[in-house]
Parts: sequence; C-alpha cells; structure tokens
Amino acid sequence: MVMQHLPTVVVIGNGMVGYKFCEKLLAKTSAFNLVVFGEEPRVAYDRVHLSEYFGGKTADDLLMAPLQWYHEHGITLHLGDAVQEIDRAHQTVHSRSGLVQPYDYLVLATGSSAFVPDIPGVEKEGVMVYRTIEDLEEIKACAATARSGAVLGGGLLGLEAAKALLDLGVPQTHVVEFAPRLMPRQIDAAGSQMLQTKLEALGLQIHLSKATSSIAGEGKIEALHFGDGSILEVDMLVISAGIRPRDELAKLAGLEVGMRGGIVVNDEMQTTDPRIFAIGECALHSGMIYGLVAPGYDMAEVVASQLTQGARAFTGYDMSSKLKLIGVDVASFGDPFIAEPHSRAIVFEDTHNGVYKRINISPDGKYLLGGVLIGDAEAYNMLLQTVNNKIVLPPHPEDLILGARGGEANEGAGVMSLPEEALVCSCEAVTKGAICAAVTELNVTSVDGMKKCNKAGTGCGGCVPMIKDLINGTLTAQGAYIKNVLCEHFDYSRQELFDLLKINDIRTYDAALDHFGKGDGCETCKPAIGSILSGLWNDLIVKQNTIQDTNDRYLANIQKGGSYSVVPRIAGGEVTPEQLMVIGRVAHKYGLYTKITGGQRIDMFGAHVSDLPDIWEELINAGFESGHAYGKSLRTVKSCVGSTWCRFGLHDSVSLAIEIENRYKGIRSPHKLKSGVSGCVRECAEAQAKDFGIIATEKGWNLYVCGNGGSKPQHAQLLATDVDKETLIKYLDRFLMFYIKTADPLMRTATWLNKMDGGLAYLKNVVLNDSLGICADLEAEMALLIQNYHCEWKEVVENPELRKQFTHFVNAPKVKDPTIEFEPVRGQKVVKAW
Amino acid sequence: METTVDVEWLPVCKTTDIPADGGACALVEGEQVAIFNFARRGEWYATQNLCPHKQQMALARGMIGSTGEACEPKVACPFHKRTFSLLTGECLNGDECSIQTYPIKVEDGVVYIGWA
Ligand SMILES: Cc1cc2nc3c(=O)[nH]c(=O)nc-3n(C[C@H](O)[C@H](O)[C@H](O)COP(=O)(O)OP(=O)(O)OC[C@H]3O[C@@H](n4cnc5c(N)ncnc54)[C@H](O)[C@@H]3O)c2cc1C
Ligand code: SF4
Ligand code: SF4
Ligand code: FES
Repeated sequence: MVMQHLPTVVVIGNGMVGYKFCEKLLAKTSAFNLVVFGEEPRVAYDRVHLSEYFGGKTADDLLMAPLQWYHEHGITLHLGDAVQEIDRAHQTVHSRSGLVQPYDYLVLATGSSAFVPDIPGVEKEGVMVYRTIEDLEEIKACAATARSGAVLGGGLLGLEAAKALLDLGVPQTHVVEFAPRLMPRQIDAAGSQMLQTKLEALGLQIHLSKATSSIAGEGKIEALHFGDGSILEVDMLVISAGIRPRDELAKLAGLEVGMRGGIVVNDEMQTTDPRIFAIGECALHSGMIYGLVAPGYDMAEVVASQLTQGARAFTGYDMSSKLKLIGVDVASFGDPFIAEPHSRAIVFEDTHNGVYKRINISPDGKYLLGGVLIGDAEAYNMLLQTVNNKIVLPPHPEDLILGARGGEANEGAGVMSLPEEALVCSCEAVTKGAICAAVTELNVTSVDGMKKCNKAGTGCGGCVPMIKDLINGTLTAQGAYIKNVLCEHFDYSRQELFDLLKINDIRTYDAALDHFGKGDGCETCKPAIGSILSGLWNDLIVKQNTIQDTNDRYLANIQKGGSYSVVPRIAGGEVTPEQLMVIGRVAHKYGLYTKITGGQRIDMFGAHVSDLPDIWEELINAGFESGHAYGKSLRTVKSCVGSTWCRFGLHDSVSLAIEIENRYKGIRSPHKLKSGVSGCVRECAEAQAKDFGIIATEKGWNLYVCGNGGSKPQHAQLLATDVDKETLIKYLDRFLMFYIKTADPLMRTATWLNKMDGGLAYLKNVVLNDSLGICADLEAEMALLIQNYHCEWKEVVENPELRKQFTHFVNAPKVKDPTIEFEPVRGQKVVKAW
Repeated sequence: METTVDVEWLPVCKTTDIPADGGACALVEGEQVAIFNFARRGEWYATQNLCPHKQQMALARGMIGSTGEACEPKVACPFHKRTFSLLTGECLNGDECSIQTYPIKVEDGVVYIGWA
C-alpha cells in the first residue's frame, strides 16, 4: 500500500476522545495517513468505567479497541511516546523518543490531568490522584493495608473514588470537601443534604467546609491538617479536586490558551492555527471545558466531518450527568439551578426513604428546564429527553417525579412517545429512530446486538435502560413476543415451563432438563424449576433437595457463619403459654438465640446443621410444625386481635388469619408471600403492606393485593370490597394460583402486578370476572396443592435416610463445624462478625 | 481425574454418602473438603469448602451446574451466589479469588481424595 501521497493526520493523545476521532474518521474515509502518539503505555481505554477495574474488570476489558484494531486499520501508533514539541513552521511534531513526524493536520486530544492543589506535603507517599490505570493500581496497593483513607474533593469523581475505597475495604473512608456541601456544581443544597445522609449510611464520613492546610507525616502521609485547626489521621489520600486541561504543548507552540487553561477553539474545533484542532477535555470552547465523554465524542465527530468536507459544527453541550455509585442514585440534568422568576420548581422530598427530586419547569408550565434526582434516578433518561426535545409537559408535571397516582393509570408508555430524532445515546449520537429501525429492519433484539449494530450504549452506558425499553417497546408494537428466558439452560420463560411441565406430567428436575433444557443446569434454573414443580404437584421438597436453594435444602435459614435458624409455625401469631415454654426449653437446651420476628413468631438462631433434626423432633412432638420461613412460600399471616379483644374490632381477624395461614402454608411460590388481617380500618396488622391483606369492613372483608415492604415499599391495591369469607377465599385461591403460574422467578407480587399489561384492572377481570375462563382450573389446582400439604420437618424427623443428610461432615457426623463462632450479647449469643 | 503430581489417596467416604448432583463436606486431615457427585455427568469433583468471598464454610452446600458452550462444571456458593469452576477453581463472576481443587477418584464405592 502506498500511503506516502496521502495527507497525514497526526493525533496527539490516545485517550477516549483521540481514539473516537480515529474511529469516526475511518468510518468516513480512508484518504488519510493516520499517525497517533500516546503518552500512556497502553492503548486507549474506557476511563469512565475505570472504577470497574476494582470490581474485577481487567485492563483488557476496559480497552476501547484492542491493539490489533489499530494495525488492521493502518494506523501508525506510537505508545509510551509523548509529543514534546510542535514545530508549526515546518508542520512537524517531535516526540520524546526523537521521532520527527510531519503533519498536514494535527489533532490535539491530550485530555486533562488531575488538578493537584499546592498544599504543603502533597509529594508524600500515599498521596495519589485518580485518572489512569496506573493510578488505580497504586490506590489498590495502598488500600490493601490502609486503616483509614480520605478523598479530597466531594464532587462527582471524588465520590466515585470514595466509593472505590469503601469497596476496597478501607475500614474508615473520609471525604473532605472545601465547599459547605457535596457536589456543589451539579446539585442543589437540599439534594446535597439528602446525598450526604445516604452516603453516611453507606459508611462514608463526610467533612464539609474544610480547607486543607497541610499534609503531615514522615515521608509518608499520616494526617491532614485543616485551616480550622482540626486534624484527620489517614494513611492514604486520593486527590480529586478538579481537572487541568493539558494545554502545555499548545502553549509552547504559541496557540491561544485560556486564562485558566484549555486550548481555545472555534465552532469547527480549530485552534488559532487552522491546521491544528483540539478536542476532548483539553479544548476550551466558548469559555467552557467539557469534562465528560459525550461532548468530547461530539467534538471528534466535528473534526472528522471538517476533514471530509462536512459542515458539522460544535455548538455547546448539555452537562447532564448521572453518578454511578451503587446504592445511591444521583443525577442532575438540564439546568438544575435555574430559579424564580425564570422557572418554577416542583420538589419531592422523602427523608424516610432518602429520596429527593426537584424539577424546574418554565413559568408557563409548558417545558421542563432541568432538575436533580437523589435516591431514585429511574426517571433520569426520560426527564433528560423531555428537556432536550422540548416535549410539552402533561397537565400535571408533578407526575414526572411522583409517577401517576390514583390507581390504574398506565405507566411506561413513555419512551415510545419520544420524537424520532430524540438523541438517546448522546455518546454515540444514536437517535430513537435509529434504534427502532435497527429493531424493525435488522432484527436487533438485544442491547448487546444494538451495541454491535450502531454502538448505542457503548459510551457512558447511561442510556442502556432506555435502549432496552425501546427495543421491547418496538417489539411489542410489532406484535412480537418478548420472553424472559430462565437462564442459559432453558430457552423458556417460567410461565411457559409451568405449562410445559404440567402438560407433559414432568415431576423431576432431571426430566425437565432432558426434555426442555440443555447443559447441566445451574443455581438459577434449579430452584426455579423446583418452585414450578412444587407449584404443580406440591411433592415433598426434600426428595429433590440438591436443586433447592440452601434454605430449602436444609429446611432452615442459613445465617452468617453457616449456622441455621429455626422457625416453627405460629399461625396468626397466636401462641399458648405451653407452646412458649416448649420453645423456651428447646432454645435453652440447644443454646439458641431467640428473637420475635416481624411476622409475629419466634425465630431461634445459631443451630448447627447436625442439631436441626433433634431440635425439630422435640418441637414436632410438642405439636409444632414447620414455619416454612426458609421457603419461597407463605410466611405468616399477621393479625391484630380484632373483635375478640379490641373495642374497635368489627370481625374476628385472628380466626381468619389462622384459617388462611393454615390453608396456604407450605405452598411454594415464585417468591415469598406475606399476609395480614386487620379487624378494622385502623389497620394494626399492616395488611396493606402485604402480598395479600384483608381488612374487616362493616359488611364483610376488603381484599388488598400486591403490596410489599422491603427495599421498595408499595401499598397493596384494593381487589375486592365487602365480600364474605367464602368469596374472599375463592378470590384468594384464584389470585395466588394465577401468581404462582405466571410470575417470573423471584418476582414478588408487587413487581408482578407492575409488569402486568393492564395492571390492576386486568387482574381484577381475571380474578373476579373470570375474563380468561380459567378460574375453575385455578381453584382446582389450588385445591390439589392444599391437599398435598405435609410438614417437611415431620417427614425428615421420621426418616433416618433423610436425617442422615443433616451433618456438616459426611465422614464425621458427630463433629460440628469448628469455624462457627459465637460471641455473647445481652445475655444471649450472636455469630461473630464476617 | 488424573494428576501428575505424587499424591496420597485417602479414602474419605462412601459414594452413597454424597447426594446425586449435589455435594457434602468431609473432614480430610483436619481440612474441610467439599465433595461433589456430578451424577448427571458421571463425574466427581473436590474443592475447598471455604468460600473465599466472605470466608464461609459453605461450598459443599452449594448448587452445582455448568456454564457456557463447553459446559464448564461449576458450584455456586449458597451465601451470595459466587460461582467457581469445579475444574480449575477459578471464580466465574470475575472476582479475583479462586478456590483450591483436589484430585478425586472413586473405587468400589469409596471416594478417595488425592492429598499432596
Ligand atoms: C474515574 C473517572 C470517572 C469518570 N466518569 C465519567 C462519567 O461517568 N461520565 C463522563 O462523561 N465522563 C467521565 N469521566 C471523564 C472522561 O473520562 C473524560 O471526559 C474523557 O476521558 C476525556 O477524553 P480525552 O480523550 O479528552 O482525555 P483522556 O482520556 O485523558 O486522554 C488523553 C490522553 O492523551 C495523552 N496525552 C496527553 N498529552 C500527551 C502528549 N503530549 N503526547 C501524547 N499523549 C499525550 C494522555 O496521556 C491521555 O492518555 C471520568 C473520568 C475519570 C478519571
Ligand atoms: S385493626 Fe382495628 S380491630 Fe384490629 S386491633 Fe387495630 S383497632 Fe382493633
Ligand atoms: S432487613 Fe436485611 S439485615 Fe435485616 S433481616 Fe432482612 S436481609 Fe437481613
Ligand atoms: S460467602 Fe460465598 S458468595 Fe459470599
């Protein structure tokens, strides 16, 4: 190949943007000779996902493209060789190793470096920055022995670094911020406050309004000294105080740079020398440095277009961003700060769950201008789209952050209503239209496929949930059936398998795998099929114990350290003094820690696996049975005392709770089921927080379904009003069986309902009006499950073969696991910390 | 299971002591060894019982299965579902921790562990 006569483009910097420029230029033309100089020892990698390096990703996983890619595309790549001088008169660049490379066009993509403030002591060992893979390796090495570490800077990057220190197991992690609040440049004060509370709950210690005056220590950092005289002892410090554009080369070459750094460029990304461009974090456009990848990629596109006679120009960029801290959502979009009279704010604050949301709308209420989300940023993509596409707001814009309230309205139609030209992936400039077209015309049906097809979602990754929704939405619109397959071994959804196993009368996991699966199964499909088989036949679960999760295998809940807990059934929470004494005696004899559970029963912790059968033998002899606390099955039906004792009670809630608990006990379901019965609207049994809850009314009972406590609480919704007991139980049979048959594995009733097309109205139609014509079947199937109930522990206790499996060592059944250690607390024992 | 290192074969338990397609823990020279009877494939495996994730003596109680085109046999820790290759001991969830595997053989209904 003769390349000599082609004009030469030299790129300085092989970072994210420099790489992207090569990719974009090559996509347009091969009429250039491309030469790249990179200072770092490796080819360009994904800095945005740098923290995943701590989470087990290797340097290779992070590469933008492998070395081979550069060869295949005829790029001359000089790695570990920084350019030291640009000779504009001769149009050459000079590298550290002595290369002299002529250019026709020069692209500066030198990025930025971490800004290190001039604090006495910054040179000490243990003071680091967070920018390159090498930095990360240093941090990791330091963290291995550090007892306490600090991050200087409470901005986006600083918090990410702090989370990394926590994940690396540094026992004490501090964040030191000069400003009086966290992330002052992205979120408002109330948001900062909420974020701080959440981060403190994760274990971060936050110090605000702190000016660091010096870093103390003998050669190695030992403490930070602050202006107010206070001292913080730390073994390591990561500085994350902002970035400094790398404009030193440009300055040396006499190109104009900004007062506070950055290479000045025009809308075409040209520097003051028209043959020289600057892109990415080193470029200063209209007084702005863009510290994000998406605008950098856009700049790369502009230059690639300029070099190929295109006319794209850079016109500024939106600085919306979402923080990638696991466990704490933080996002800001559009203009988060704009205030009266230019906008009006709608604020939602829930200090109980740590959620803060603010949206700024135009004074006429028509448009969304920006906002802040803390604690729950699920709506981020949609809100960003609403701002960017100037979508006219609905009459109740508060719905955008609160969700539509008032029952049966539909959610989620959202993404499909965006205009075709809405930019979904801003890093790669992919529009909604392009994504939907890939689905309809190229049959792309997965996010991975989409990434291959048009690179959508390969940049910062923030748009991936939206891509997923668009793919599913388009498929649904096409009438295509989207299924959630179980795992790599079964190409069917749980619901499909439920029907298949039923029709084919399959009763074992192996048979299911032979008929409908491939490979040898795994920890996902085994318990899922186990649950289906139980939902179909309610056979004894211990017969196929190796396909069960450990709790179901040992019929007890595994606890920290490997001991188990024991929970006998106390239906409705009613227990006699005699039974209490039995529990007390057994717990005392086997040295168990006892506690009242949230479901009105008694949990005994700390049992060795080999003691389980003996413990249960004593409990069963005293009339107890398994409480199925270990199963994905009905846990408890909580009750208030109701009309038997309470002066407000309308009906006997305890008797109903006991009847219901005994009716459905032991039945396996996709996930655990909790229930409650209250004797009047005062709702002392918290029935509306349960999978199914019942509340007495003057005329009968109200039935609520699909409520949920847990990490995302959701109120149960009213399914039937003022029904008598027989009708109530009939509806319950249908409802539960419908859930057991159609939910995905490990899907609670609340999520099941949220995902159900048509929502509560549909469910009501199925259960109350028999709209699918399946109610008779559902009732019959439930009757079979109820009839096949057995107390699993009774079977084990009476069967020597089964009992034998409850040992820690097969070859030394009498020996207990010596690694289980307890320590005393308040007169009982608890397990030693992890 | 073949091995080139010189090992001493220690009888540990009967094959019937280990449930089909499951595992159990045995005490071998003071160490806790997880033994897996991969009946579906007619294979036996042995690894350390300690899950390196949170130092729990639990792997023998994990579910076994396979993954990928090559059907790599694996075990999933019951605590937080880290999975490990039964062939190499490597953690298959990208974590850096791996577990030790031991040579194992079955003769006349007896399970032997190769002890180095
Ligand atoms: C931990 C971390 C998390 C981040 N998270 C996000 C995020 O969530 N979202 C987001 O949008 N952005 C994020 N960013 C910012 C994003 O990584 C940058 O915006 C992006 O990397 C900028 O690309 P660039 O090519 O301009 O600079 P860089 O990626 O820094 O590349 C510049 C390259 O040029 C080289 N170089 C410099 N001078 C020379 C020379 N004279 N000769 C040769 N080579 C030279 C440098 O060594 C470097 O390799 C994050 C950054 C970090 C560090
Ligand atoms: S819910 Fe009503 S009946 Fe039950 S205890 Fe409370 S006040 Fe009494
Ligand atoms: S809330 Fe969390 S810590 Fe408490 S019992 Fe449940 S899982 Fe365990
Ligand atoms: S202890 Fe094994 S996965 Fe956590």
